[in-house]
Amino acid sequence: MDAAWVALGLSLKVASWATALATVLGVAVGYALSRWRFPGRELVDSVLLLPMVMPPTVLGYYLLVLLGRKGWLGHWLEQTLGIRLVFTWQGAVIAAAVVAFPFVSKSARAAFENVDVQYEQAARVLGVSEAAIFFRVSLPLAFRGILAGMLLAFARALGEFGATLMLAGSIPGRTQTLSIAVFEAVQAGQDEVANLLVAITSVTCVAVLLLAGRLAPPRAIAR
Amino acid sequence: MSRFLARAAVALAGLCIFGPSQAGELTVSAAASLTNAFKGVGAAYEAQNPATKVLFNFAASGALLQQIAKGAPVDVFASADQETMDQAQRQQLVKGDARRNFVGNTLVVVVPADTAAAPRSLQDLLAPQVARIAIGVPASVPVGRYTKAVLEKAQLWGPVEPKMVGASSVRQALDYVARGEVDAGFVYATDAAIMPGKVKVAFSVPTETPLLYPIAPIAASPNAAEAARFVSFVMSPPAQAILAKHGFARP
Repeated sequence: MDAAWVALGLSLKVASWATALATVLGVAVGYALSRWRFPGRELVDSVLLLPMVMPPTVLGYYLLVLLGRKGWLGHWLEQTLGIRLVFTWQGAVIAAAVVAFPFVSKSARAAFENVDVQYEQAARVLGVSEAAIFFRVSLPLAFRGILAGMLLAFARALGEFGATLMLAGSIPGRTQTLSIAVFEAVQAGQDEVANLLVAITSVTCVAVLLLAGRLAPPRAIAR
Repeated sequence: MSRFLARAAVALAGLCIFGPSQAGELTVSAAASLTNAFKGVGAAYEAQNPATKVLFNFAASGALLQQIAKGAPVDVFASADQETMDQAQRQQLVKGDARRNFVGNTLVVVVPADTAAAPRSLQDLLAPQVARIAIGVPASVPVGRYTKAVLEKAQLWGPVEPKMVGASSVRQALDYVARGEVDAGFVYATDAAIMPGKVKVAFSVPTETPLLYPIAPIAASPNAAEAARFVSFVMSPPAQAILAKHGFARP
């Protein structure tokens, strides 16, 4: 049954990297959308939300067409940097990051909008650089909201199946995450394996939720 | 009164959604490699039996078996290998006495159409320029089982397995090759013929036993007569002609 533990390790690795990637991009985009008024801002916000509402297989197909060997980005990546993303765990990370991104960007935007601009203006008056204002004033104040978004993103990335299957395939040890492993086990009629994988996944999700409750206790937000 | 009406409306809607399946519908679960050919056979059957609508469900034979085993309302099962049908028979899901072999097929190795130096034999698959090979997952996909058997017999399964990218059906293996994401793939000759511009056959793989596809009506099917009629139709000359046109061999 060590195939199950390999799948668990891979799922956690892919979900962690995907959450990190989605967080960096999501916080940047959320901050930009909250502070910067420009025509078409709400349109951009809606377009960036698409991965949350689009069927994962459609998303996976778009990513495959874009990042595959014959896609314009994938072809360039292979020619110039020698990077192939299809059938690799890095491809799985990208698929999971794309679906998890809207959770972080939406939460980040809401969190930054709740940060009183007076704090930022006070810091500006005191001569603090813009970068320092972001890292030492805005981000800490918005942290709880962003953290909530990150946890949702992690849960989404952990459960990601459709886009991952399309882009990364199902290669045991390399791209076969827990969700894909469950699917394969059911297809092959291996019910005991499927039951074990489902049990592991459920325990992991409960553990993540408990950790989330510890890190971002609800009562702290209502201040 | 309005609460009662609301509840009645919900109940009625529920009945409409979950009502009994309509008479005159035949559900056929068939192996993925039969997709194009069976659509033609279904159309011909409907032309002969205007009161019946044939609904197809195409996937890897192993996946179809799991659906039937868990109670999916299927009337006929056409599998790509004897092993899956044997499992169905062992679980008493099909009527063994009505089981027939209806076509044969051959195993081939395909490569992307723009490949310069295609492998010419199983040994060539060990070369470093063949980095990834699309093979159906042996646990649920017949073409994967055939491939594994052939490679094990040639004592090449060990070195080839690390290069394997598992496909959930033979059509997915074909798609991987067509996209150029793998350097070679094991599919049926009938599948290779579907995408002549994107894949080309590198070489044919001889198998110990001929690849024969069995078909059988489902034991628990409420449309027993219709199912039996469909199986007989598949064995008849008009259907066999359609199957032959798509490249399938006589059983």
